[in-house]
Amino acid sequence: MATVLADLDFRVFMQPVVGGGGNYLTYLLFGLGWTLSLAITSWILAFVVGSVIGVLRTLRGNVLPRLGALYVEIFRNIPLLVQLFIWYFVLPEIVPLFGTWFKERLSPEFQQFVSATLCLGFFTAARVSEQVRSGIMSLGRGQYGAGLALGFNTAQVYTLILLPVAYRIIIPTLTSEFLNLIKNTAVASTIGLVELAQRGKNMGEYTSRLYESFIAVTILYAIVNLIVMLISRNIESATRLPGFVGGKK
Amino acid sequence: MYSFDWSSIPGAIPYLWEGMIRTLQITVIAVIAGMIIGTILAVCRLSKNLALSTLAASYVTCFRSVPLVMVLLWFYLLVPDLVKKIVGNPSLDIRLLSAFVAFSLFEASYYAEIIRAGIQSVSKGQVSAGLALGMTSGETMRLIILPQAFRRMIPLLLTQAIILFQDTSLVYVMGLADFFGVAYNTGNRDGTLVELILFAGFVYLVICFVASTLVRNLQKKIA
Repeated sequence: MATVLADLDFRVFMQPVVGGGGNYLTYLLFGLGWTLSLAITSWILAFVVGSVIGVLRTLRGNVLPRLGALYVEIFRNIPLLVQLFIWYFVLPEIVPLFGTWFKERLSPEFQQFVSATLCLGFFTAARVSEQVRSGIMSLGRGQYGAGLALGFNTAQVYTLILLPVAYRIIIPTLTSEFLNLIKNTAVASTIGLVELAQRGKNMGEYTSRLYESFIAVTILYAIVNLIVMLISRNIESATRLPGFVGGKK
Repeated sequence: MYSFDWSSIPGAIPYLWEGMIRTLQITVIAVIAGMIIGTILAVCRLSKNLALSTLAASYVTCFRSVPLVMVLLWFYLLVPDLVKKIVGNPSLDIRLLSAFVAFSLFEASYYAEIIRAGIQSVSKGQVSAGLALGMTSGETMRLIILPQAFRRMIPLLLTQAIILFQDTSLVYVMGLADFFGVAYNTGNRDGTLVELILFAGFVYLVICFVASTLVRNLQKKIA
Protein backbone atom coordinates (compact mmCIF):
# COMPACT_ATOMS: atom_id res chain seq x y z
CA MET A 1 0.00 0.00 0.00
CA ALA A 2 2.70 2.44 1.04
CA THR A 3 4.75 1.76 -2.07
CA VAL A 4 1.71 2.41 -4.24
CA LEU A 5 1.11 5.74 -2.54
CA ALA A 6 4.78 6.69 -2.81
CA ASP A 7 4.72 5.83 -6.53
CA LEU A 8 1.86 8.18 -7.36
CA ASP A 9 2.95 10.88 -9.79
CA PHE A 10 0.29 13.31 -10.87
CA ARG A 11 2.57 15.07 -13.36
CA VAL A 12 1.40 12.41 -15.78
CA PHE A 13 -1.65 14.59 -16.54
CA MET A 14 0.61 17.17 -18.18
CA GLN A 15 2.12 14.61 -20.57
CA PRO A 16 1.07 14.85 -24.23
CA VAL A 17 -1.43 12.17 -25.32
CA VAL A 18 -0.17 9.28 -27.46
CA GLY A 19 -1.31 10.07 -30.99
CA GLY A 20 -1.37 13.81 -30.41
CA GLY A 21 -3.89 16.39 -29.30
CA GLY A 22 -3.31 17.99 -25.90
CA ASN A 23 -2.32 16.50 -22.56
CA TYR A 24 -4.04 13.81 -20.52
CA LEU A 25 -5.96 16.27 -18.39
CA THR A 26 -7.77 17.67 -21.42
CA TYR A 27 -8.11 14.10 -22.74
CA LEU A 28 -10.10 13.15 -19.64
CA LEU A 29 -12.07 16.40 -19.67
CA PHE A 30 -13.19 15.72 -23.24
CA GLY A 31 -14.30 12.29 -22.04
CA LEU A 32 -16.29 14.05 -19.34
CA GLY A 33 -17.80 16.17 -22.13
CA TRP A 34 -19.02 13.00 -23.89
CA THR A 35 -20.37 11.65 -20.61
CA LEU A 36 -22.30 14.83 -19.88
CA SER A 37 -23.67 15.32 -23.40
CA LEU A 38 -24.80 11.70 -23.43
CA ALA A 39 -26.43 12.15 -20.03
CA ILE A 40 -28.21 15.36 -21.02
CA THR A 41 -29.55 14.18 -24.40
CA SER A 42 -30.78 10.92 -22.87
CA TRP A 43 -32.32 12.81 -19.98
CA ILE A 44 -34.39 14.94 -22.38
CA LEU A 45 -35.60 11.78 -24.11
CA ALA A 46 -36.24 10.05 -20.78
CA PHE A 47 -38.13 13.02 -19.40
CA VAL A 48 -40.46 13.32 -22.42
CA VAL A 49 -41.10 9.58 -22.84
CA GLY A 50 -41.27 9.03 -19.08
CA SER A 51 -43.85 11.78 -18.66
CA VAL A 52 -46.02 10.34 -21.44
CA ILE A 53 -45.85 6.81 -20.01
CA GLY A 54 -46.42 8.09 -16.49
CA VAL A 55 -49.53 9.98 -17.61
CA LEU A 56 -50.79 6.95 -19.55
CA ARG A 57 -50.63 4.88 -16.37
CA THR A 58 -52.89 7.28 -14.49
CA LEU A 59 -55.57 7.53 -17.21
CA ARG A 60 -58.92 5.79 -16.92
CA GLY A 61 -59.75 2.79 -19.04
CA ASN A 62 -58.02 -0.51 -19.54
CA VAL A 63 -55.80 -0.33 -22.59
CA LEU A 64 -53.58 2.73 -22.08
CA PRO A 65 -52.62 2.09 -18.43
CA ARG A 66 -51.79 -1.51 -19.32
CA LEU A 67 -49.62 -0.37 -22.24
CA GLY A 68 -47.76 1.92 -19.86
CA ALA A 69 -47.30 -0.90 -17.36
CA LEU A 70 -46.04 -3.22 -20.11
CA TYR A 71 -43.46 -0.63 -21.13
CA VAL A 72 -42.18 -0.33 -17.58
CA GLU A 73 -41.98 -4.11 -17.10
CA ILE A 74 -40.00 -4.61 -20.29
CA PHE A 75 -37.50 -1.84 -19.72
CA ARG A 76 -37.00 -2.60 -16.04
CA ASN A 77 -36.51 -6.33 -16.34
CA ILE A 78 -33.78 -6.47 -18.95
CA PRO A 79 -30.24 -5.53 -17.85
CA LEU A 80 -29.00 -2.19 -19.14
CA LEU A 81 -26.02 -3.81 -20.83
CA VAL A 82 -28.28 -6.18 -22.77
CA GLN A 83 -30.55 -3.30 -23.78
CA LEU A 84 -27.54 -1.35 -25.01
CA PHE A 85 -26.37 -4.29 -27.11
CA ILE A 86 -29.88 -4.65 -28.53
CA TRP A 87 -29.87 -0.99 -29.60
CA TYR A 88 -26.33 -1.16 -30.97
CA PHE A 89 -25.95 -4.64 -32.46
CA VAL A 90 -29.47 -5.95 -33.01
CA LEU A 91 -31.81 -3.14 -34.11
CA PRO A 92 -29.67 -1.78 -36.98
CA GLU A 93 -29.64 -5.32 -38.39
CA ILE A 94 -33.33 -6.11 -38.15
CA VAL A 95 -35.06 -2.74 -38.62
CA PRO A 96 -34.79 -2.00 -42.37
CA LEU A 97 -34.92 1.82 -42.70
CA PHE A 98 -33.33 2.70 -39.38
CA GLY A 99 -30.61 0.16 -40.09
CA THR A 100 -29.55 1.64 -43.43
CA TRP A 101 -29.57 5.17 -42.07
CA PHE A 102 -27.65 4.05 -39.01
CA LYS A 103 -24.99 2.02 -40.79
CA GLU A 104 -24.45 4.18 -43.87
CA ARG A 105 -24.98 7.73 -42.70
CA LEU A 106 -23.43 7.81 -39.26
CA SER A 107 -19.76 7.78 -38.31
CA PRO A 108 -18.83 5.05 -35.79
CA GLU A 109 -18.63 7.62 -33.03
CA PHE A 110 -22.17 8.81 -33.71
CA GLN A 111 -23.48 5.27 -34.10
CA GLN A 112 -22.29 4.65 -30.56
CA PHE A 113 -23.66 7.95 -29.33
CA VAL A 114 -27.09 7.48 -30.94
CA SER A 115 -27.44 3.90 -29.66
CA ALA A 116 -26.37 4.91 -26.17
CA THR A 117 -28.74 7.90 -26.14
CA LEU A 118 -31.73 5.82 -27.24
CA CYS A 119 -30.85 3.03 -24.82
CA LEU A 120 -30.31 5.23 -21.77
CA GLY A 121 -33.25 7.46 -22.68
CA PHE A 122 -35.81 4.68 -22.96
CA PHE A 123 -34.33 2.80 -19.99
CA THR A 124 -34.46 5.87 -17.74
CA ALA A 125 -37.93 6.76 -19.08
CA ALA A 126 -39.32 3.64 -17.38
CA ARG A 127 -38.00 4.88 -14.06
CA VAL A 128 -39.07 8.49 -14.65
CA SER A 129 -42.57 7.30 -15.53
CA GLU A 130 -42.89 5.60 -12.14
CA GLN A 131 -41.99 8.88 -10.43
CA VAL A 132 -44.36 10.91 -12.61
CA ARG A 133 -47.13 8.44 -11.90
CA SER A 134 -46.63 8.54 -8.14
CA GLY A 135 -46.41 12.34 -8.30
CA ILE A 136 -49.77 12.56 -10.09
CA MET A 137 -51.35 9.96 -7.80
CA SER A 138 -50.23 11.91 -4.73
CA LEU A 139 -52.42 14.84 -5.86
CA GLY A 140 -55.66 12.95 -5.40
CA ARG A 141 -58.68 12.74 -7.66
CA GLY A 142 -60.10 16.06 -6.45
CA GLN A 143 -57.74 18.15 -8.57
CA TYR A 144 -58.69 16.19 -11.66
CA GLY A 145 -62.39 16.64 -10.96
CA ALA A 146 -61.93 20.33 -10.23
CA GLY A 147 -60.20 20.80 -13.57
CA LEU A 148 -63.01 19.07 -15.45
CA ALA A 149 -65.61 21.11 -13.55
CA LEU A 150 -63.86 24.27 -14.76
CA GLY A 151 -64.38 23.10 -18.33
CA PHE A 152 -60.85 21.86 -19.09
CA ASN A 153 -60.48 18.74 -21.18
CA THR A 154 -58.28 15.86 -20.00
CA ALA A 155 -55.17 17.08 -21.83
CA GLN A 156 -55.54 20.54 -20.32
CA VAL A 157 -56.11 19.15 -16.85
CA TYR A 158 -52.83 17.27 -17.13
CA THR A 159 -50.68 19.97 -18.70
CA LEU A 160 -52.10 22.93 -16.78
CA ILE A 161 -52.99 21.50 -13.38
CA LEU A 162 -51.63 18.06 -12.54
CA LEU A 163 -48.18 17.91 -14.16
CA PRO A 164 -46.87 21.32 -13.02
CA VAL A 165 -47.55 20.36 -9.42
CA ALA A 166 -46.49 16.73 -9.80
CA TYR A 167 -43.10 17.70 -11.26
CA ARG A 168 -42.38 19.97 -8.34
CA ILE A 169 -43.19 17.24 -5.85
CA ILE A 170 -40.91 14.69 -7.50
CA ILE A 171 -37.84 16.89 -8.07
CA PRO A 172 -35.82 15.05 -5.37
CA THR A 173 -36.49 11.61 -6.86
CA LEU A 174 -35.95 12.90 -10.39
CA THR A 175 -32.58 14.21 -9.25
CA SER A 176 -31.54 10.80 -8.04
CA GLU A 177 -32.70 9.30 -11.35
CA PHE A 178 -30.56 11.84 -13.19
CA LEU A 179 -27.57 10.96 -11.00
CA ASN A 180 -28.18 7.29 -11.79
CA LEU A 181 -28.31 8.18 -15.47
CA ILE A 182 -24.92 9.92 -15.31
CA LYS A 183 -23.45 6.84 -13.68
CA ASN A 184 -25.13 4.55 -16.21
CA THR A 185 -23.46 6.38 -19.11
CA ALA A 186 -20.29 4.48 -18.17
CA VAL A 187 -21.96 1.37 -19.60
CA ALA A 188 -21.62 3.00 -23.05
CA SER A 189 -17.89 2.29 -22.85
CA THR A 190 -18.74 -1.36 -23.62
CA ILE A 191 -19.76 -0.46 -27.19
CA GLY A 192 -16.62 1.61 -27.63
CA LEU A 193 -17.82 5.12 -26.85
CA VAL A 194 -14.75 6.83 -25.39
CA GLU A 195 -16.49 8.62 -22.54
CA LEU A 196 -14.93 9.30 -19.17
CA ALA A 197 -14.59 5.75 -17.81
CA GLN A 198 -13.19 4.42 -21.09
CA ARG A 199 -10.72 7.31 -21.36
CA GLY A 200 -9.56 6.64 -17.82
CA LYS A 201 -8.89 3.04 -18.78
CA ASN A 202 -7.15 4.07 -22.02
CA MET A 203 -5.01 6.61 -20.26
CA GLY A 204 -3.97 3.97 -17.73
CA GLU A 205 -2.94 1.66 -20.53
CA TYR A 206 -1.08 4.30 -22.58
CA THR A 207 0.87 5.68 -19.64
CA SER A 208 1.00 2.64 -17.31
CA ARG A 209 -0.32 5.05 -14.70
CA LEU A 210 -3.58 3.29 -13.83
CA TYR A 211 -3.82 4.55 -10.25
CA GLU A 212 -3.47 8.21 -11.19
CA SER A 213 -5.95 8.03 -14.06
CA PHE A 214 -8.53 6.04 -12.09
CA ILE A 215 -8.27 8.39 -9.14
CA ALA A 216 -8.83 11.34 -11.47
CA VAL A 217 -11.84 9.71 -13.16
CA THR A 218 -13.40 8.75 -9.84
CA ILE A 219 -12.94 12.30 -8.53
CA LEU A 220 -14.47 13.76 -11.72
CA TYR A 221 -17.58 11.57 -11.31
CA ALA A 222 -17.84 12.59 -7.66
CA ILE A 223 -17.55 16.29 -8.54
CA VAL A 224 -20.27 16.03 -11.19
CA ASN A 225 -22.46 14.24 -8.65
CA LEU A 226 -21.93 17.01 -6.13
CA ILE A 227 -22.65 19.79 -8.63
CA VAL A 228 -25.87 18.16 -9.82
CA MET A 229 -26.97 17.72 -6.22
CA LEU A 230 -26.32 21.39 -5.43
CA ILE A 231 -28.16 22.59 -8.54
CA SER A 232 -31.14 20.40 -7.82
CA ARG A 233 -31.30 21.59 -4.23
CA ASN A 234 -31.56 25.15 -5.55
CA ILE A 235 -34.25 24.26 -8.08
CA GLU A 236 -36.09 22.41 -5.34
CA SER A 237 -36.14 25.33 -2.92
CA ALA A 238 -37.02 27.79 -5.70
CA THR A 239 -40.03 25.78 -6.88
CA ARG A 240 -41.20 24.53 -3.49
CA LEU A 241 -44.98 24.64 -3.07
CA PRO A 242 -46.77 25.83 0.05
CA GLY A 243 -48.83 23.13 1.73
CA PHE A 244 -46.77 20.15 0.58
CA VAL A 245 -44.12 18.10 2.38
CA GLY A 246 -41.13 20.38 2.98
CA GLY A 247 -43.01 23.31 1.49
CA LYS A 248 -43.22 26.88 2.68
CA LYS A 249 -45.74 27.49 5.41
CA MET B 1 -36.02 -8.44 -44.23
CA TYR B 2 -33.62 -9.99 -41.78
CA SER B 3 -33.82 -13.78 -41.57
CA PHE B 4 -33.24 -15.10 -38.09
CA ASP B 5 -31.06 -18.11 -37.47
CA TRP B 6 -31.70 -19.62 -34.04
CA SER B 7 -29.77 -22.82 -34.77
CA SER B 8 -26.77 -22.08 -32.56
CA ILE B 9 -28.80 -21.76 -29.37
CA PRO B 10 -29.72 -25.44 -28.64
CA GLY B 11 -26.10 -26.57 -28.83
CA ALA B 12 -25.01 -23.72 -26.57
CA ILE B 13 -27.50 -24.49 -23.79
CA PRO B 14 -24.95 -26.31 -21.53
CA TYR B 15 -22.55 -23.35 -21.73
CA LEU B 16 -25.34 -20.84 -21.21
CA TRP B 17 -26.40 -22.85 -18.16
CA GLU B 18 -22.85 -22.71 -16.80
CA GLY B 19 -22.90 -18.97 -17.37
CA MET B 20 -26.22 -18.69 -15.54
CA ILE B 21 -24.72 -20.59 -12.59
CA ARG B 22 -21.88 -18.08 -12.46
CA THR B 23 -24.34 -15.17 -12.65
CA LEU B 24 -26.30 -16.68 -9.75
CA GLN B 25 -23.09 -17.33 -7.80
CA ILE B 26 -22.07 -13.69 -8.02
CA THR B 27 -25.59 -12.53 -7.21
CA VAL B 28 -26.02 -14.74 -4.14
CA ILE B 29 -22.57 -14.00 -2.71
CA ALA B 30 -22.98 -10.26 -3.28
CA VAL B 31 -26.47 -10.25 -1.73
CA ILE B 32 -25.32 -12.09 1.40
CA ALA B 33 -22.03 -10.23 1.84
CA GLY B 34 -23.62 -6.94 0.84
CA MET B 35 -26.39 -7.35 3.41
CA ILE B 36 -23.95 -8.24 6.20
CA ILE B 37 -21.62 -5.33 5.44
CA GLY B 38 -24.61 -3.10 4.75
CA THR B 39 -26.13 -3.86 8.16
CA ILE B 40 -22.84 -3.05 9.88
CA LEU B 41 -22.59 0.19 7.89
CA ALA B 42 -26.19 1.15 8.69
CA VAL B 43 -25.73 0.53 12.41
CA CYS B 44 -22.45 2.50 12.37
CA ARG B 45 -24.09 5.32 10.50
CA LEU B 46 -26.85 5.62 13.09
CA SER B 47 -24.47 5.29 16.05
CA LYS B 48 -23.76 8.24 18.32
CA ASN B 49 -20.03 7.81 17.79
CA LEU B 50 -19.14 10.62 15.38
CA ALA B 51 -16.07 8.90 13.92
CA LEU B 52 -18.01 5.70 13.14
CA SER B 53 -20.99 7.47 11.59
CA THR B 54 -18.78 9.74 9.46
CA LEU B 55 -16.76 6.77 8.27
CA ALA B 56 -19.87 4.81 7.31
CA ALA B 57 -21.46 7.83 5.66
CA SER B 58 -18.39 8.52 3.53
CA TYR B 59 -18.15 4.87 2.50
CA VAL B 60 -21.76 4.94 1.31
CA THR B 61 -21.40 8.30 -0.46
CA CYS B 62 -18.18 7.24 -2.20
CA PHE B 63 -19.56 4.02 -3.62
CA ARG B 64 -22.87 5.57 -4.59
CA SER B 65 -21.29 8.43 -6.51
CA VAL B 66 -19.15 6.21 -8.75
CA PRO B 67 -20.50 4.11 -11.65
CA LEU B 68 -20.53 0.35 -11.11
CA VAL B 69 -18.47 -0.07 -14.29
CA MET B 70 -15.78 2.10 -12.72
CA VAL B 71 -15.82 0.08 -9.49
CA LEU B 72 -15.51 -3.14 -11.48
CA LEU B 73 -12.57 -1.71 -13.43
CA TRP B 74 -10.91 -0.64 -10.18
CA PHE B 75 -11.16 -4.18 -8.92
CA TYR B 76 -10.30 -5.77 -12.24
CA LEU B 77 -7.21 -3.71 -13.04
CA LEU B 78 -5.97 -2.28 -9.79
CA VAL B 79 -6.66 -4.73 -6.98
CA PRO B 80 -4.84 -7.66 -8.64
CA ASP B 81 -1.91 -5.28 -9.10
CA LEU B 82 -2.11 -4.32 -5.45
CA VAL B 83 -2.31 -7.97 -4.37
CA LYS B 84 0.70 -8.72 -6.57
CA LYS B 85 2.69 -5.96 -4.91
CA ILE B 86 1.77 -7.19 -1.44
CA VAL B 87 1.77 -10.98 -1.87
CA GLY B 88 4.18 -11.17 -4.77
CA ASN B 89 2.38 -13.91 -6.73
CA PRO B 90 1.92 -12.58 -10.26
CA SER B 91 0.22 -15.56 -11.96
CA LEU B 92 -2.93 -15.73 -9.83
CA ASP B 93 -6.20 -15.37 -11.78
CA ILE B 94 -8.38 -13.65 -9.26
CA ARG B 95 -10.95 -12.16 -11.63
CA LEU B 96 -13.84 -14.13 -10.17
CA LEU B 97 -12.72 -13.29 -6.65
CA SER B 98 -12.38 -9.61 -7.64
CA ALA B 99 -15.90 -9.72 -9.04
CA PHE B 100 -17.25 -11.18 -5.79
CA VAL B 101 -15.48 -8.56 -3.72
CA ALA B 102 -16.35 -5.66 -6.03
CA PHE B 103 -20.06 -6.49 -6.14
CA SER B 104 -20.22 -7.17 -2.40
CA LEU B 105 -18.59 -3.88 -1.45
CA PHE B 106 -20.62 -1.94 -4.03
CA GLU B 107 -23.95 -3.49 -3.07
CA ALA B 108 -23.16 -2.98 0.63
CA SER B 109 -23.47 0.77 0.10
CA TYR B 110 -26.94 0.33 -1.44
CA TYR B 111 -28.09 -2.16 1.19
CA ALA B 112 -26.80 0.16 3.91
CA GLU B 113 -29.23 2.87 2.81
CA ILE B 114 -32.20 0.47 2.65
CA ILE B 115 -31.39 -1.00 6.06
CA ARG B 116 -30.84 2.42 7.62
CA ALA B 117 -34.29 3.50 6.45
CA GLY B 118 -35.69 0.24 7.82
CA ILE B 119 -34.11 0.76 11.23
CA GLN B 120 -35.37 4.33 11.34
CA SER B 121 -38.90 3.15 10.57
CA VAL B 122 -39.02 1.20 13.85
CA SER B 123 -40.50 3.48 16.48
CA LYS B 124 -38.27 4.99 19.18
CA GLY B 125 -40.46 3.50 21.91
CA GLN B 126 -39.10 0.05 21.01
CA VAL B 127 -35.57 1.18 21.85
CA SER B 128 -36.69 2.62 25.17
CA ALA B 129 -38.64 -0.56 25.93
CA GLY B 130 -35.58 -2.69 25.24
CA LEU B 131 -33.39 -0.52 27.43
CA ALA B 132 -36.05 -0.52 30.17
CA LEU B 133 -35.98 -4.31 30.16
CA GLY B 134 -32.31 -4.07 31.07
CA MET B 135 -30.86 -4.93 27.64
CA THR B 136 -27.70 -3.24 26.46
CA SER B 137 -28.05 -1.02 23.38
CA GLY B 138 -26.32 -3.74 21.33
CA GLU B 139 -28.86 -6.34 22.47
CA THR B 140 -31.73 -3.99 21.80
CA MET B 141 -30.49 -3.48 18.24
CA ARG B 142 -29.88 -7.18 17.64
CA LEU B 143 -32.94 -8.70 19.33
CA ILE B 144 -35.61 -6.03 18.98
CA ILE B 145 -34.90 -3.43 16.31
CA LEU B 146 -33.22 -5.40 13.52
CA PRO B 147 -35.75 -8.29 13.37
CA GLN B 148 -38.62 -5.82 12.97
CA ALA B 149 -36.68 -3.67 10.53
CA PHE B 150 -35.74 -6.65 8.36
CA ARG B 151 -39.30 -7.89 8.18
CA ARG B 152 -40.40 -4.54 6.80
CA MET B 153 -37.48 -4.32 4.41
CA ILE B 154 -37.83 -7.75 2.80
CA PRO B 155 -39.54 -6.51 -0.38
CA LEU B 156 -36.97 -3.72 -0.88
CA LEU B 157 -34.06 -6.05 -0.19
CA LEU B 158 -35.40 -8.54 -2.72
CA THR B 159 -35.98 -5.83 -5.33
CA GLN B 160 -32.38 -4.75 -4.84
CA ALA B 161 -31.34 -8.40 -5.36
CA ILE B 162 -33.19 -8.43 -8.70
CA ILE B 163 -31.39 -5.24 -9.74
CA LEU B 164 -28.11 -6.84 -8.70
CA PHE B 165 -28.94 -9.96 -10.71
CA GLN B 166 -29.26 -7.72 -13.77
CA ASP B 167 -26.16 -5.73 -12.93
CA THR B 168 -23.96 -8.82 -12.77
CA SER B 169 -24.04 -8.75 -16.58
CA LEU B 170 -21.53 -5.90 -16.25
CA VAL B 171 -18.78 -8.39 -15.35
CA TYR B 172 -18.47 -8.22 -19.14
CA VAL B 173 -15.98 -5.38 -18.56
CA MET B 174 -13.82 -7.80 -16.54
CA GLY B 175 -13.86 -10.34 -19.34
CA LEU B 176 -15.69 -12.86 -17.16
CA ALA B 177 -18.17 -15.20 -18.84
CA ASP B 178 -21.42 -14.95 -16.92
CA PHE B 179 -24.74 -15.81 -18.61
CA PHE B 180 -24.66 -12.78 -20.88
CA GLY B 181 -20.93 -13.15 -21.52
CA VAL B 182 -21.44 -16.73 -22.73
CA ALA B 183 -24.37 -15.66 -24.92
CA TYR B 184 -22.31 -12.85 -26.44
CA ASN B 185 -19.28 -15.07 -27.07
CA THR B 186 -21.43 -17.80 -28.65
CA GLY B 187 -23.12 -15.30 -30.93
CA ASN B 188 -19.81 -13.77 -31.91
CA ARG B 189 -18.30 -17.19 -32.70
CA ASP B 190 -21.24 -18.42 -34.80
CA GLY B 191 -22.12 -15.13 -36.45
CA THR B 192 -25.51 -15.16 -34.72
CA LEU B 193 -24.97 -12.23 -32.37
CA VAL B 194 -28.44 -10.80 -33.09
CA GLU B 195 -30.24 -13.98 -32.06
CA LEU B 196 -28.10 -14.64 -28.99
CA ILE B 197 -28.48 -11.10 -27.63
CA LEU B 198 -32.26 -11.26 -28.13
CA PHE B 199 -32.37 -14.69 -26.49
CA ALA B 200 -30.37 -13.45 -23.49
CA GLY B 201 -32.62 -10.41 -23.16
CA PHE B 202 -35.69 -12.64 -23.25
CA VAL B 203 -34.32 -14.96 -20.55
CA TYR B 204 -33.53 -11.99 -18.28
CA LEU B 205 -36.97 -10.52 -18.94
CA VAL B 206 -38.77 -13.76 -17.97
CA ILE B 207 -36.69 -14.38 -14.83
CA CYS B 208 -36.85 -10.80 -13.58
CA PHE B 209 -40.53 -10.41 -14.41
CA VAL B 210 -41.47 -13.56 -12.49
CA ALA B 211 -39.24 -12.58 -9.58
CA SER B 212 -40.56 -9.03 -9.36
CA THR B 213 -44.16 -10.25 -9.57
CA LEU B 214 -43.48 -12.60 -6.65
CA VAL B 215 -41.94 -9.73 -4.68
CA ARG B 216 -44.99 -7.56 -5.39
CA ASN B 217 -47.34 -10.27 -4.12
CA LEU B 218 -45.20 -10.70 -1.03
CA GLN B 219 -45.34 -6.97 -0.45
CA LYS B 220 -49.12 -7.02 -0.59
CA LYS B 221 -49.19 -9.89 1.89
CA ILE B 222 -46.91 -8.07 4.33
CA ALA B 223 -48.61 -4.70 4.08
